[in-house]
Amino acid sequence: MRRAIWALILVAAAAGQTRFRSPDDLILSPDGKRLFVVCSGSDEVLAVDTASRAVTGRIAVGKVPRGISLAPDGKRFYVTNSWSDTVSEVDAQSLQVLRTLPAGFEPTGVAVDAARNMLYVANRLSDDISLIDLGSGADTRRLAAGRGASYVTASPDGTRFFVTHIYPQIRNFRTPPRSEITEVDAARQAVAARLPLNDAAGVFHVAFSRDGRIGIAAELRPRNMVPLAHVEHGWAFGNSLAVFGEAIGGVVQLPLDEIESYPSLPFGVAIAPDGSRAYVSASGSNEIVILDLAKLAAAARSPQAARLANDLSASARYVVRRVAVGANPRNIRLSPDGSALYVANRLDDTVSIVDTARGVVAATIPLDNSAPLTPERRGERLFYSSMYSFGHQFGCANCHLDSTFDGLSWDLEPDGFGIDIVDNRALEEIKDTAPYKWNGGNPDLQTECGPRTERYFFRSQGFRGADLEDLVKYVQSIPLRPNRYRLPDGEYTPAQERGMDIFQRTTKKDGTPIPDNLQCFVCHSGHYFTNTQLADVGTGKPTDRSPKVDVPQLTNVVNSAPYLHDGSARTLEEIWTVFNPNDKHGVTNDLSKDELNDLIEFLKTL
Amino acid sequence: MPRTIVRQVRNLRRDGIPHSDASASGRPARLPGALCVLLAILATAAAAAELPRFRWQNFTVANGLPNDRVYCVAVDGDRVWAGTDNGLALYEKGVWKSFNVADGLAHRAVLSLALDKRSHDLWIATMGGLSRYSAGRFDTFTQLTSGLPNDVVYGVSVFGDFVWVATAAGGARLNTRSREWSLYNERNTPMYEIWTYSVTAAEDKVYYAVWGGGVLEYDVKTDRWKDYNDPDGETEIVLFKDQGLIHEITTSVSYVNKILWAATYFGASRYDGRNWRNFLDKDSGLPSNFLNQVKTVDGTRAWFSTDKGLAYYDGERWATYRPALDTHAPEMLVRDEQGAVTRVPVQTAPAHHYTFAVDFQNDDIWVATAKGISHGIRITSGDSNR
Repeated sequence: MRRAIWALILVAAAAGQTRFRSPDDLILSPDGKRLFVVCSGSDEVLAVDTASRAVTGRIAVGKVPRGISLAPDGKRFYVTNSWSDTVSEVDAQSLQVLRTLPAGFEPTGVAVDAARNMLYVANRLSDDISLIDLGSGADTRRLAAGRGASYVTASPDGTRFFVTHIYPQIRNFRTPPRSEITEVDAARQAVAARLPLNDAAGVFHVAFSRDGRIGIAAELRPRNMVPLAHVEHGWAFGNSLAVFGEAIGGVVQLPLDEIESYPSLPFGVAIAPDGSRAYVSASGSNEIVILDLAKLAAAARSPQAARLANDLSASARYVVRRVAVGANPRNIRLSPDGSALYVANRLDDTVSIVDTARGVVAATIPLDNSAPLTPERRGERLFYSSMYSFGHQFGCANCHLDSTFDGLSWDLEPDGFGIDIVDNRALEEIKDTAPYKWNGGNPDLQTECGPRTERYFFRSQGFRGADLEDLVKYVQSIPLRPNRYRLPDGEYTPAQERGMDIFQRTTKKDGTPIPDNLQCFVCHSGHYFTNTQLADVGTGKPTDRSPKVDVPQLTNVVNSAPYLHDGSARTLEEIWTVFNPNDKHGVTNDLSKDELNDLIEFLKTL
Repeated sequence: MPRTIVRQVRNLRRDGIPHSDASASGRPARLPGALCVLLAILATAAAAAELPRFRWQNFTVANGLPNDRVYCVAVDGDRVWAGTDNGLALYEKGVWKSFNVADGLAHRAVLSLALDKRSHDLWIATMGGLSRYSAGRFDTFTQLTSGLPNDVVYGVSVFGDFVWVATAAGGARLNTRSREWSLYNERNTPMYEIWTYSVTAAEDKVYYAVWGGGVLEYDVKTDRWKDYNDPDGETEIVLFKDQGLIHEITTSVSYVNKILWAATYFGASRYDGRNWRNFLDKDSGLPSNFLNQVKTVDGTRAWFSTDKGLAYYDGERWATYRPALDTHAPEMLVRDEQGAVTRVPVQTAPAHHYTFAVDFQNDDIWVATAKGISHGIRITSGDSNR
């Protein structure tokens, strides 16, 4: 009887934690016979025999693995474990983890520098690049990258490493977004250049032509500086490429978009060995875009190139074909001879094989996933899909990159042009933090994600009925990423402890009582550090319709700059050093700089 | 020793004051006496020969510097950074390029520079915050946007993952991996004066020059602070020489091979962990007691940027490089172990006698002065005509 009860408990527990493989990245062995697929949902790497198209092995790695790189001799591969802050070194033949190497916060992309026996790792939450010595295993130095550093690609000759980042650099309030491609000189192990990407926010994988003379990065160009009212004119997102390199002479941004038909959320990039074609995965519209590389380069070199970034007719010059694949295609890899393109379909748990000669899907490899679809999984597909927006231009995930945020403030139309500028909020663990929106106008996620999204964002169709419920279930299930600032034993550092005392204080330093509504922990209370009420903390602008804002949750607040309802505070410090002159957002003006630093050290642990 | 130099070296009195040599006096010299003089000249000349000599190449606004008042310099291989009163300048491939606030620099007045030798990032202390220059990008930290205690940043030093700053409101350390700022002031250190002027960080120790508060030492291993002060507490005179720091008004610290050097406006001090040794212009080769910077090469050898020229100490002897204070003619003075001073004829000198700071480029030296920046190109034996 007891055994049966335990079995029921285990089954129930398993049912509540259905885990899908969610292939995110993949790489081929040098001979093309084996494919290694990184499964971020099941914390493992699968080995696939490309001849039989069957899964032949698997190896458990760290939590939420995201990136993979193979040593040139094919004997070892390296996998970033984004929630463990480590890299697994795996024997490619035996599929044994040889070592677990330390990295920065949320390591995502990885590349091997075999000539110098180093590993380059892009750390998304520490905004830097770890240079790991593969001899000692030590994270020897960090190089400053862009905010949300995520993907690393080596130049074909191995002398340069290119790193992209998914969040734009923190800049002054309401200035256009700016990103970069960070170019590292492998010999000096230092950043050699930062290729500017003006108006870009959200830059993903990079690929090079075999001669290294052309590089292509997948990127987003958000139109957050104008009211979100011209979706039908392409003015929500530009799904774009940054083309650069010796053959181009600079960095040129070119659209993938076509008039009324947008390959949204470009993510993975590959270039054919013969330099004839380039391939881009459109992870929001579930397709592969095939481009004529010569024509793309010609467009990038044309005298009008600088003006093409927003020209929806430009893509007709170089887009050859679009091929439908599985749901949410992420990274893509070409076979050594370029005849097959492998596509990791993250939300289908499959790998598509595109016959590049014919431009069609030749086969689909299921990744041995028998788990039935759950409402959350169906909702996740909706979240990442652009099929509901006008022209399939964008989906939820365009702004909530990888279910997080985009680091931008937006001017949404329903409030009026130039009115109620809003910072994009993070979505982790928001299930019990209703109401939603900065003005608290939406009592539940069904309202937030349903009619409002249809009318004011997508301008086409919206999520309704069962779809809406699935979407809401997914959003409610988005977990909290591990906090990187808490000590492993759960204790606080002295600075964090002092900061906690300030957070919880009820009197000023001179003993004067602090009114309840100005004590930090009164509004920022409970499990998520919000009382779910509206408050006027003195941060309203003349362009805001109401000075009252929804008290935001503070979980992982350290990650989600900029701050305040409109994103006007670039850092946590500015919330109080600039935007709290009258002590309306908590009493802080009696604090010394040391004490304010302590408070912030505590906030980083939430 | 090049013959031309031997011929031109003049004898000097033991008190260091130059006097005319025998031939200039017009009196015939007696042979034994002349022999002695010759031997002395040869000995002094040999000593001077071992001290570094330079051909000075000077740069001012006429050569592309943004301002002639150069407060600091940092060498990164073939590249040289100069911090001026009106911007940051980079010398690369024979050309100066300037950066200012419009480029992202925190403030136009650049007071101190520190190169992260691992990443080649440059940390820049300014009158309006701390900036990092990394391959074309400036990232700026101010007291409003970060944990920096004060925007007036006088000094900066990098060791490992930590950036240490000296500000007008105490010291601070930025952990570049966790981004945590730790502040050091009167509340958590023996710092009774919070006007920190210079900082130098090493693997085991970090030292602050506290303007009016002596020297503060941070022990990396124990996480403890200790202060060093002038034992006599006198601001104008030295009562207890070699018994401690020479003066409370410290302007610069330099720490190499477990030897600390401190510069003050009233002389210099050297501390080996047990004993202090102090240096004043009256009993050393320092051209002045007013020191803007001390930078040691290896703990024994050190360079001193003073208001009356650039000085070098090799552990026994001294050299001073400057335009002469009266004639402004190029000048190099050498003081030997016995205190005898000789003037070495030179054709060039640093841009100005008021010097702020130095940095080394292999055997060469770069000097920040009040009238431009100077590149001291080392003259080695055999190329004395350079």
